[in-house]
Amino acid sequence: MRGVKVDVLVIGGGAAGMGAAAAAAREGAKTILIERNERLGGVLEQCIHPGFGLHRYREELTGPEFAARLRGELESSGAELLTEATLLDLDPAGPRVRAASPKGLLQIRPKAVVWACGARERPFGALRIPGTRPAGIYTAGLCQRLVNIHGLLPGKRAVILGSGDIGLIMARRLRLEGVEVAAVLELKPFPGGLLRNVVQCLEDFEIPLLLRHTVAEVHGKRRLSGVTVVEVDEGGKPLPRTDRFIPCDTLVLSVGLIPEVRALESFAPLDPVNRGPKVNAWLQTEVPWLFSAGNSVAVFDLVDTVAALGARAGVAAARYAQGELPPARAVPLVRGENVLHLVPSALVPGEEATVFLRVPRPFPRVKVSLGGLISRNHLGARPAEMIEVKVPPGASKELSRMPEVRVEVTPA
Amino acid sequence: MRVAVIGAGVVGALIARELCRYEGEVLLFEREADVGWGVTKANSGIVHGGFHDPPSTIRARFCVRGNAMYEGLCRELNVPFLRTGAYVLALSKEELPLLEELRAQGEENGVPGLEIHSQEEVLSREPNVNPKVLSGLWSPTVGITEPWAVALAAVENALANGLELHLSEEITGIRVEKRQVQEVKTPEGRYPVDAVVNAAGLFADHVAAMAGLSEPVLFPRRGEYVLLDKAAEGLVRSVIFPAPSGKSKGILVLPTIDGGILLGPTAEDLPPEAKEATETTPEGLSQVMEGARRLVPKLPLGQAIKTFAGLRPESPQKDFILGESPVKGFYQAAAMRSPGLTAAPAIARWLACEVMTSELSLKRKGSFSPIRKGIPRVAELPEAEWEELIRKDPRYGRIVCFCNKVTEGEIVEAIRRGARTLDGVKFRTRAGFGRCQGAFCTDRILAILARELGRAPEEISQKGAGSPLVGGRVRP
Repeated sequence: MRGVKVDVLVIGGGAAGMGAAAAAAREGAKTILIERNERLGGVLEQCIHPGFGLHRYREELTGPEFAARLRGELESSGAELLTEATLLDLDPAGPRVRAASPKGLLQIRPKAVVWACGARERPFGALRIPGTRPAGIYTAGLCQRLVNIHGLLPGKRAVILGSGDIGLIMARRLRLEGVEVAAVLELKPFPGGLLRNVVQCLEDFEIPLLLRHTVAEVHGKRRLSGVTVVEVDEGGKPLPRTDRFIPCDTLVLSVGLIPEVRALESFAPLDPVNRGPKVNAWLQTEVPWLFSAGNSVAVFDLVDTVAALGARAGVAAARYAQGELPPARAVPLVRGENVLHLVPSALVPGEEATVFLRVPRPFPRVKVSLGGLISRNHLGARPAEMIEVKVPPGASKELSRMPEVRVEVTPA
Repeated sequence: MRVAVIGAGVVGALIARELCRYEGEVLLFEREADVGWGVTKANSGIVHGGFHDPPSTIRARFCVRGNAMYEGLCRELNVPFLRTGAYVLALSKEELPLLEELRAQGEENGVPGLEIHSQEEVLSREPNVNPKVLSGLWSPTVGITEPWAVALAAVENALANGLELHLSEEITGIRVEKRQVQEVKTPEGRYPVDAVVNAAGLFADHVAAMAGLSEPVLFPRRGEYVLLDKAAEGLVRSVIFPAPSGKSKGILVLPTIDGGILLGPTAEDLPPEAKEATETTPEGLSQVMEGARRLVPKLPLGQAIKTFAGLRPESPQKDFILGESPVKGFYQAAAMRSPGLTAAPAIARWLACEVMTSELSLKRKGSFSPIRKGIPRVAELPEAEWEELIRKDPRYGRIVCFCNKVTEGEIVEAIRRGARTLDGVKFRTRAGFGRCQGAFCTDRILAILARELGRAPEEISQKGAGSPLVGGRVRP
């Protein structure tokens, strides 16, 4: 087995990992990135629609274009890049990482690790929907890879369950390829994806969005023949006599992304709502040598944000490996009212930071406050769109006097 | 000598393998596109101890014998088997005498090692079971396996010993003359045979009727299940039964061979014609969760990754129908309800090596080898062995199923051994069986299948005819 010692090991070659590896290498750290797929780019490679890069590059790019730019920045950074190298285990004693690749097994002893493994899709089985188990049920991400990477269409007539962004994007994509999209169903009374995607992907193509609806049963012995759709009440319980059959040969699920943290679960404290590791403003987890960024921390809206957080994690990991990152006296951020996802979990006094948070339901107007530190008004708060609050270094200095910062959203 | 075995479930597969010990031709017919896709695919995977079955039954006799054979069988076939042991829990005073009854019944059946354990001992071994438990019947010989893996391995081994396998070929008729079996018919042709073994699972009544027999009378009993991800590993370490009430063994909580946790099954009797009613129901799934929660109150249901239902062939006499029939040359291995999986190796050995051997004067072949080498599970190999495999074939280093760490090399090997579908790959390698349930690997396995079989992706199915995975191509 090949063994290597490095300063920084980045696990995952999507936007966060590429950002992290480039930044760590530029800090002068000996850096290796491992990626399990053949190409770097992660989920960007299959996102062939535009809408990426408006913040980072000030122009509108497709996913593969955005990935190509990041790859360019990474390739000139000096980081070593290993593709088709899949993590086997991450032993916190050491730390020591084992990976497998067609070239052989690899053992890496890093001083710092950036975990950037993105998210996985909630599977059909997790929904416990009754009925048969036919072919033709796909998660939206898998469906997107079939169509955009392999050039294959899942079927002729689709129903999409869940109005997350990938589901909305896939509704349009399938429609453009001649697949009939019978409906997009959303359990909640509001859409799960960005408003712009609801307009551009559904309304512009006259695809019906059925809010407060779900699939009650799937039918079809070998290939899907249809779904029973039902209306639900506030609590998500089916309403009697609202069921109807929609014939379809394809069911696409966009019912949530879950940060991928399998190898960390046993030793890194996780945030129960985000479902990723708790990180401070440096993207450092509660295990000092372990940093994490991107969708493996919490699911973010924009890849621009993910790449920027990756870079931040890369810099911090490099400094840690070089012995230049002081132990953080982190001040925890505590969830107050109307706060679901919240990143980071702690601030570092004197360090600037951006706090990202998600509200549980739509509000026309809210006041967002971070303890007594910062308070501002926000128009049109929606669960699909993260609210960002900048904490400048000046305000951050005051943190040293505070035991914790309570984050709160109040309707205004 | 030419024998047709009908049904490539675990029972038919093991019988076919035993028959391959003898000179002559063995033909195995299966209506599905692969081995083990009927009753075998969707049951609890338990190798039962034999204490649940009344002493006078055929079930009891073959269950205890079959249980004792499993270690050797799984060693020969290179299939995973784990003696986890099992507890039957008494959760109320009323249930205490039931444990004593089960123990007495088990001892009469010859089940070794049965003990009644105190609350303290039960909770020290199984800390997550209901703390209200009063005592538990411990059965150390209960084990778990993968039923489909046993069937697949038995067929592979039989093929290496001369078996002729006919997949996707349903029996449509059996010609009987002078009360003696003459030939079996399928849409593909007619096969003159000296003997037929009816191991057709849920359809054994149809097959028997083709030979003019009125037995077995069958109806499906549906069992629904919920499978939890490996993240729940260790929730229980042995098979946890409730105290028996009525017709079935109740809803259980048990570990699976690869570290998941299985909850179920329900026991719902369906009309005889509902032989393909493998859909799950809202009532069934909530029964599963309720029943499982009674045994293990803190169930991590957020870790559910799959729900499914299986059908087991039940009959009015609640017992297996085995051996000779009024038609000469027609042998039954039917009504294989629980504990069919456990009993299967003992039934196969008895039917082939005792009953059929003497009646048909079968002669031992010199060349039979009982050993089958499995597809390497590289992630479970010592590092040096895995490295050696990668050196020989780099595809053993390319991981396709990230959840279960299954490589391209294993998938290609599964196809070489007969996988033609996504499920065929899945059941042979566990690729797609993990927590993402194929979201990351289905497209990659589809591409490998198409490449290895030299077919278009549209021709690749999930589980045989009528279940294509994709429906067309993107505009050029």
